[in-house]
Amino acid sequence: MTFLPVLFTVLMGAAVLAYVVLDGYDLGVGMLMPAADAEQQEVMVASIGPFWDANETWLVLGIGLMLVAFPLAHGMILGALYLPVVAMLVGLMLRGVAFEFRLKALGWHRELWNWLFWFGSFLASLAQGFMLGLYITGFETDFARLGFSLLVAGGVCGGYVLLGATWLVLRTEGALQRLALGWARWGLWWVALGVALVSLATPAMSETVRDKWFVLDFPRTFIVMLLPLVSAAAWLWVWRTTGQLKRGESVPEWAPFAGAVAIFVCAFTGLAYSLFPYLVIDRLTIWEAAAHPSALSAVAWGAAVVLPFIVGYTVFSYRVFRGKAKAGLYGH
Amino acid sequence: MDEAVFLARAQFGLNIAFHILFPTITIALAWILVYFRVMLARTGDASWLATYKLWVKVFALTFAMGVVSGITMSFQFGTNWPGFMNNVGNVAGPLLAYEVLTAFFLEATFLGVMLFGMNRVPGWLHVLSTVLVAVGTSISAFWILALNSWMHTPAGQTYDGAALIAGDWWQIIFNPSFPYRLTHMMLASGLTAAFVVAGLSAWRLLNERSDAAALRTLRVGVVLAAILAPVQILVGDLHGLNTLEHQPAKIAAMEGIWKTQKGAPLVLFAFPNARTQTNDYAIQIPKGASLILKHDPEAELKGIDAFALDAPPVAPVFFAFRIMVGMGVAMFALAWFGVWATRRGAVPARPVLWGFAAFTFAGWIATLAGWIVTEVGRQPWLVTGVLRTVEAAGGVSGASLGASLTAYVLTYGLMLLAYIVVLTHMTGSGGEHAVESAKSAALEGTT
Repeated sequence: MTFLPVLFTVLMGAAVLAYVVLDGYDLGVGMLMPAADAEQQEVMVASIGPFWDANETWLVLGIGLMLVAFPLAHGMILGALYLPVVAMLVGLMLRGVAFEFRLKALGWHRELWNWLFWFGSFLASLAQGFMLGLYITGFETDFARLGFSLLVAGGVCGGYVLLGATWLVLRTEGALQRLALGWARWGLWWVALGVALVSLATPAMSETVRDKWFVLDFPRTFIVMLLPLVSAAAWLWVWRTTGQLKRGESVPEWAPFAGAVAIFVCAFTGLAYSLFPYLVIDRLTIWEAAAHPSALSAVAWGAAVVLPFIVGYTVFSYRVFRGKAKAGLYGH
Repeated sequence: MDEAVFLARAQFGLNIAFHILFPTITIALAWILVYFRVMLARTGDASWLATYKLWVKVFALTFAMGVVSGITMSFQFGTNWPGFMNNVGNVAGPLLAYEVLTAFFLEATFLGVMLFGMNRVPGWLHVLSTVLVAVGTSISAFWILALNSWMHTPAGQTYDGAALIAGDWWQIIFNPSFPYRLTHMMLASGLTAAFVVAGLSAWRLLNERSDAAALRTLRVGVVLAAILAPVQILVGDLHGLNTLEHQPAKIAAMEGIWKTQKGAPLVLFAFPNARTQTNDYAIQIPKGASLILKHDPEAELKGIDAFALDAPPVAPVFFAFRIMVGMGVAMFALAWFGVWATRRGAVPARPVLWGFAAFTFAGWIATLAGWIVTEVGRQPWLVTGVLRTVEAAGGVSGASLGASLTAYVLTYGLMLLAYIVVLTHMTGSGGEHAVESAKSAALEGTT
């Protein structure tokens, strides 16, 4: 059966994209902590408090689906990325517990946890970007590719900063919101660098990817060329709306965040289009890596029943906590 | 065992041992919180609100520790044990996937509502959120113990050409040791959480004897422990008989029986000697093991020699078993003494309070010891009769494992230290923040 591996590729991709966008904004808020004063930090933390646990669960789902549906790829990819994975996990652990501990600490203890929260967020984001760089260059670890991966890591950090800053634009007000508008514009440059690097490197690394984008084939070429166009439009949209908000013009406060999400969705779709049907470029396809159909269908039924509920109560949770974040209100 | 296999085991063992500490508390603490929350809803009393707010913080802290250490597990299944997923992934994978799908999102999402939503959702919805978090933690335990039990007593699988696949999911989930293991683990969680509640409440009373809310939660912990401890001893015994039926080699190691014999003695204490295949300095009751396990003093029990190379190492299983049983008996005794010491609203004497404070994390010791008994007792198998541990390891070099092991040890050490310091500090001060914010919240509610 060839349909199930495709279904699971879509599911896994959706989970990873959900993770990148959702944990992306709270990692971004974490990385921005040192740029704000103590009072603003409380509001920033409050804006992500009810969500970060569930946001990280999307990573477990994405990795879990890969483990279940494509065990061969799970071993191959995560084995090759072993040390950056460890760095990411240590980062996620530090920030997760720092988030809880800082709420209960006072004085210099609180400062210490603030720094660990920042450090953990930064380390996890950096590691994720670094892994993306190694992944698209085929896991080779020569000097040039390590440098390239570091640049991609910078791009991913910038992208998360963009998500975090635009999230703060949506969820805060006053001086902090004005600061966030500046941060968002700064993040935009980094995300442009990251997207450009990944877009140029993937075709350079592999002929299959090159052909997919640059061999003319109507209407496919036309449709895929929409992706860079939409990305560029979203980029300009974020630039324009943040500028307008800065000048106090009337623009919906969700506009920059929506634009940032659109950039991520386009970049992710482009990458997915480049790779499909490979899980490891030119080496391992989804059909080669797939688990037995019986295992896949057992999970597919469960996912079909449960995922609507997950989406439902996630939406419910975001509705409950809509509006502007206030310091202390979340200090459970 | 070569170095990489040893490091893979050491690292995975460290991770899972560290991880299990926190779910062991939260599975049952979630239900204790439901009790606190329902009492708050029924009485509307400010003291129940303070109690709930304090313990919800303890829960959030513990839950976060469990989440972050649990994420690590989802990566290590594949990196440390590539052979596990390649060989039995068609059974293990779906069980893990169901845990993520049915439990993790439920817990994490409603935890947000439970922690931060008290003033944002109607009361009934907040009670429901607390219940759903508890349901989520229990569902999570259900799936992971189904998988773990299947690894001990596999059933329901079949072969499709080269691959092991699921034949009958019902048999896989409700495999022979599952009902016993699940009950044993849920009771272990109940006892662990009960002692955490009692211990931290006692710690508070040592600081402030007149704290009525702490006395009440001490009583809750003590009574719960006193109810669960005898049930756990009974269930543990049944679980042991189930193990004798399905994994006799583990029982031989637990009891320190080297040679197959009729009328096997009950070894109370000894130093198992793997070289001579005997027990040094043994203190034992003649025919005791046969009597307890087979209800017949002359019955034959299989020894380690009956399993040749398929027998587990005796000493760790033997000692861990005695630590588990010893802790269980001590917890049983202390709980019942505590029931007496807190009768009719009495505040126990300081030595008694110190006793409970010292036993705050007693459940951890018993749980980890029990876990060593069951997991080391399964060796050399990863999945009994199906897959050996050595066949599943590999993939990652010894150097990478060594480096990451160091990083984990340092991170976990820091986390555990901070956890215990923050917990004792928070509860020792009676959650004064919690009391203050509860008061102001109550005032807001009336205006």
